[in-house]
Amino acid sequence: MYDTEQSPGPARIELPKSPTGIQGLDEITLGGLPGGRTTLVVGRAGSGKTLLGIEFLVHGALDFGEPGVFISFEETPGDLVQNVASLGYDLNDLCERNLLAIDHVEVSRSDIIETGEFDLEALFIRLGYAIDSIGAKRIVLDTIESLFSGLTNTGILRAELRRLFFWLKDKGVTAVVTGESGEVTMTRHGLEEYISDCVILLDHRVDDQISTRRLRVVKYRGTVHGTNEYPFLIDEGGFSVLPITSAGLLHTVSSERVSSGVERLDAMLDGEGFYRGSTIMVAGTPGTGKSTFAAHFLNAACLRGEKCLYFSFEESPDQIVRNMRSIGIDLAPHIESGLLEIHSSRPTMYGLEMHLVMLFKQIRERQPEVVVIDPLSDLSAIGTTKDVKVMLTRLIDYLKTNRITALFTHLLHTQEEMAPSDLAVSSLIDTLIQLLDVESAGERNRGLYVLKSRGMGHSNQIREYRITDGGIQLVDVYVGPAGMFMGTARLMQEAKERAEAQARNEEIAARQRELELERNALEARIAALQNEFASREEELQRMIEAESRRQKMIDAGTRAIERLRKADDDKKVQATRGETGVER
Amino acid sequence: MTNTEEMASEENGEKWILRLYVAGQTPKSLAAFANLKRICEEHLAGRYEIEVIDLLEHPQLARGDQIFAVPTLVRKLPPPLRKIIGDLSNTEKVLVGLDVQPRR
Repeated sequence: MYDTEQSPGPARIELPKSPTGIQGLDEITLGGLPGGRTTLVVGRAGSGKTLLGIEFLVHGALDFGEPGVFISFEETPGDLVQNVASLGYDLNDLCERNLLAIDHVEVSRSDIIETGEFDLEALFIRLGYAIDSIGAKRIVLDTIESLFSGLTNTGILRAELRRLFFWLKDKGVTAVVTGESGEVTMTRHGLEEYISDCVILLDHRVDDQISTRRLRVVKYRGTVHGTNEYPFLIDEGGFSVLPITSAGLLHTVSSERVSSGVERLDAMLDGEGFYRGSTIMVAGTPGTGKSTFAAHFLNAACLRGEKCLYFSFEESPDQIVRNMRSIGIDLAPHIESGLLEIHSSRPTMYGLEMHLVMLFKQIRERQPEVVVIDPLSDLSAIGTTKDVKVMLTRLIDYLKTNRITALFTHLLHTQEEMAPSDLAVSSLIDTLIQLLDVESAGERNRGLYVLKSRGMGHSNQIREYRITDGGIQLVDVYVGPAGMFMGTARLMQEAKERAEAQARNEEIAARQRELELERNALEARIAALQNEFASREEELQRMIEAESRRQKMIDAGTRAIERLRKADDDKKVQATRGETGVER
Repeated sequence: MTNTEEMASEENGEKWILRLYVAGQTPKSLAAFANLKRICEEHLAGRYEIEVIDLLEHPQLARGDQIFAVPTLVRKLPPPLRKIIGDLSNTEKVLVGLDVQPRR
C-alpha cells in the first residue's frame, strides 16, 4: 500500500502517489495518480472515463484502504450501480460499508433560471459533506463539465471551477475529474486549464472496422511517466492497460534447455533443444505442419509438467485436439489436468492491440511456462508492420522477463523469401525454424532447416520430415550432386544405394570364393609336394641305411682279415679299405 | 399551466411555498433574501411562505433539491418545481422563473 501523505526516501523526494489498482496504469504512471492532487481524464463518450473513475475508487476502497466519493453529474446512482455490477463490483455493498459514497448532482437547464450573482458553494458543501461522512481519500467528479450545460454564466463557473480544484487540493483528496474531448481544446470546456498535475487521455478509435482503445498520459507534473499510447481493454474483468515492461533488454537468461518435442530436431539444435525463456518461431508456407510442431512442443512441455497457454487464431480447441490426435499427439489429457489451456479467437475479432492486451491478461493470470501463438502472422494482418513490431517487442519483452518459453508459428506466403513484415518480426526471434515445401519430380515434400538459433551451434542441414501417425519424423538426409533428395527421389536414391550395396556384397562374396578356391588349389599342391618329398625322403633314408649297413659289414670284414693277418698297418688297412670302396 | 388557471389558483388563495438555499450570511445570500422578500410582498402578498436553509448548517439538505449553487430559490409549491439561481437581482427574471403574473 502506498502512503499518500508522506514522501518516502531521504535521497530523492518523490511525489506521493495514489495507486489506481488498474492493471498496467500504475506501471505507466510509475505508481499511480498524483496523491492529494487532481487528475483529469479526457475522452469521448464511451471511452471508459467513468469506468476508470469507478475502478480507481473501488480498488482504493478494497485494496488500499482509501474510501472514495463518486460524484456523478450524468448517471443516476442506480444506473451506475447496475452498469458496473456486470464487472463484478457491488457498489451498494461498498456504500453500506462506508467505503464509498455516491452523490448524483443533477444539472438540467430546463428547470433552472439564473439571475444575478451566485457561486457553487452548495456543490462544495455537498462534496465536503460526502467526503467527511466516510473519511474519503479519493473523489471522482464525472463529468463536471455538465455544469456548463446547466449554467449560462461561464465567467462565474470558470472562477468557481478554479476554486474547486484548489479546494480539493486543500482537502487532501486525490481527485479524478473526467472531461469530454473537445474539438479545439483538449476538453470541450477547457478543463485542462485548471488541472495541471496529471492529464490522461482515453481514445477509442476505429480503424478498418476494428476498434481499439488507447490510453496516453499527456502530462504528469513532477514525475517521469510512460508517454506512449498504450492500448487498453475493458472486459468482464474491468479495465486493463497493456503494461510496458522494462524498456531495456535487461532480462536474465537461462541456459536451461527444453526439448522441442521432436527428438531429431533437438539433435539439430546442439542436441538439446531450445533455451528456456527464448522465443522460437516456426515459419512456413501453408500445410507445412507449423501447428504440428507447436503441438509437439506443447505435448513435451505438458509431459514435463509445465503450464502451457495456446492461443489459436485458426482452429477451435476441439478441432486442435482432434487433428493432433490423428497424428498421435493427444492433448486432451493435458487439458483435463489443467496444464494446457487453449484460447481460440478470430483475428478480426479485435484490433491488434486488443489481441495483445488479451494475451497479456491471460498470460498474467495464468503464469504459464510455455506460450504458443498460432499463427502470429494473423496478428500482422490486422496491423501495420510498424505497429506489429512495436507490440510484439513489448510482448516478447514481457515473456522474456517472465522466463516464458514462447513458440510462434508464422505463415509465409512466399516460398523462398520472407516478406518484409516477417523479417521485421524475425529480428526479435531467438530460434527460427524454417519449414519448406520442396516441389520436385511432380510431388511436394517437406523440409526444414534452422535459419538461426542464438547461442548454440546448430545444424545447417536441410532435413526432410514427414508427418506420420506418430507425429513429425525427421528422416535421413540424401544429398546428391543436384541437391537433396526428398520423397520418391529419396526412396529411389535409397533403392539405388541398396542395389549398389547388394552388388558390392555379391562382388565381395565372389572374390572370397575365388580366394578360397585358390587357397584350396595351392594347399593341394603343397600337399602333393609334401607327399612327394616324404616318399623321396623315405627312399633316401632307406638307401642311407642300406649303405651304412654295408659299410658296417665291410668294416667287420676288414677287422676280421686284420685279425687273421695280425697286421696293424693302418695305412694298409685304409688303403685296402679305399681300394675295396673304389672297387665296389 | 394556462393564465386562467394561474389566476384561479391565485384567487383561490393557494399557498406559495418558496425555499431559499444559502451558504452562510454572505452578501449574496442577504441580497437574495431581500430581493425575494420584496418581490413576494409586491406580487404574492399574504400567499407566500419563505423557508431559508443555510447549507452550512444542514449540508445534507442540498442533495434533496439538487442544489449545487447558492443562492438558489426553489418553488416547492405550486408545482411544478422550479429553480432560480442567483441573487434574484433581476425582478423580471424572477417573476418569469416563478411564473408569477406581475400585478400591474
